[in-house]
Amino acid sequence: MRLTLYVWRQPSADAQGDFVKYDLSDVSPDMSFLEMLDVLNANLEELGKEPIVFESDCREGICGTCSMVINGRAHGPESKTTVCQLHMRSFQDGETIYIEPWRARAFPVVKDLAVDRSAFDRIIQAGGYISVRTGSAPDANEMPIPKVESDLSMDAAACIGCGACVAACPNGSAMLFTSAKISHLGLVPQGQPERTKRVKKMVEQMDDELFGSCTNYGECQDACPKGISISFIGRMNKDYMKAKLIEVEEPRKEVESQ
Amino acid sequence: MLSFYKSTIGKKVVVAVTGCFLFLFVIGHMAGNMKVFLGYDRHGVHHIDAYGHFLRTFLEDAFGYGGFLWLMRGGLLAILALHLYTVMQLQVLKAKARPVDYKKQDLRASTFSARTMMLGGFVILLFIVFHLLHLTLGTVLEGFVHGEVYANLHRAFRSPLTVFMYIIAMAALGLHLRHGLWSFLQTLGLDNPDRNKCIRLGAAGLSVVIVLGFLSVPLAIYFGILIPPANL
Repeated sequence: MRLTLYVWRQPSADAQGDFVKYDLSDVSPDMSFLEMLDVLNANLEELGKEPIVFESDCREGICGTCSMVINGRAHGPESKTTVCQLHMRSFQDGETIYIEPWRARAFPVVKDLAVDRSAFDRIIQAGGYISVRTGSAPDANEMPIPKVESDLSMDAAACIGCGACVAACPNGSAMLFTSAKISHLGLVPQGQPERTKRVKKMVEQMDDELFGSCTNYGECQDACPKGISISFIGRMNKDYMKAKLIEVEEPRKEVESQ
Repeated sequence: MLSFYKSTIGKKVVVAVTGCFLFLFVIGHMAGNMKVFLGYDRHGVHHIDAYGHFLRTFLEDAFGYGGFLWLMRGGLLAILALHLYTVMQLQVLKAKARPVDYKKQDLRASTFSARTMMLGGFVILLFIVFHLLHLTLGTVLEGFVHGEVYANLHRAFRSPLTVFMYIIAMAALGLHLRHGLWSFLQTLGLDNPDRNKCIRLGAAGLSVVIVLGFLSVPLAIYFGILIPPANL
């Protein structure tokens, strides 16, 4: 296969970036997209040029590290696929491919195609945890959980935190990610003690990171490599309304003896 | 409460709820318009004229002549202002959240109606101003007589340009409602994957009914299905 690539090159966070054109021949249709970029980088190094910086880790579609917008689609043209699991057979011989980093103010470009996604880490730190008993491990199935709820919780927990939802959203909103993280804990008994506090803290952190708001385009669930549903966003909204308007936490008062 | 409004979810809920109130008004307005097709009552007064009079005298004892109507108008205007103000805040946030745009963007999931919400909303806003000047105040309608609703409609919809403008405005309203109605349910978490198809279809169906209901009046007048009153 012969390809024409336009890749976003940006030397550093503050530097001006631009597209650079690369012609690549002898691409095997069985290569993954990242392997194709590895080949391109090897060629660039041979020529003594700076290789393209892109992120990858597990290369089996479960870590959420690889992140690029390919021809206007986060993670490329195939649905429910990460870039590492995307193969060159999904493209045509002679095709022109545009490769861009995730675009969002909350995800600043570090270099070329690598962006800083620590905004997601801070959202998790704000409330994406549960209180657990330390010491000996509890017995399996000690706490009965209805099948429907545990399945739904697992659907939300499938989120790998890659940021494709933010990249695909025309508003640059992180509501799919945040709602998945809130829901996978909030749907099971272990997540109940902090449920109210969690939704408030995580939503506030999401807003502080300057992600946009959601207008129900649905592009996020379409781009999500794990197929997470926007119904979790509705669920988060309900939880947030409840936390802010109904179950408002009062500051603790001293209880006096009578 | 104020900190709820400050959050993006709070603003989204405010847009959804104010939008729902505006939708209820639109339904009521459309239903009221259907009186045009009822003809004259036994006193020789057209039903739509009587309806206009009724809106002014409704709860007259408590609020005075036209008092209740003005109360409703004020409420609607406040709701509309809140709807617009919040949307504008969110648009500013949107521009900030994605400062650099993509060279290529391939949107597949979002519907045409979702992508034209801002444009359609702006068309509807212009239409509201025109419509108030046209058939409420009569400023831009030649020969407008206050209270002669049926006659005014005939004066207005003789012009093909006016009818065409109303068609464009109602098309914008239909698209806006299609995404808005579904969006309202999604925002409040009332949707669910099992009934989503039904909700989306229902939203589209209801939008079509509203658009056809509104357009039936100018079209029926323009094509002579509704006979002009004797004084015209």
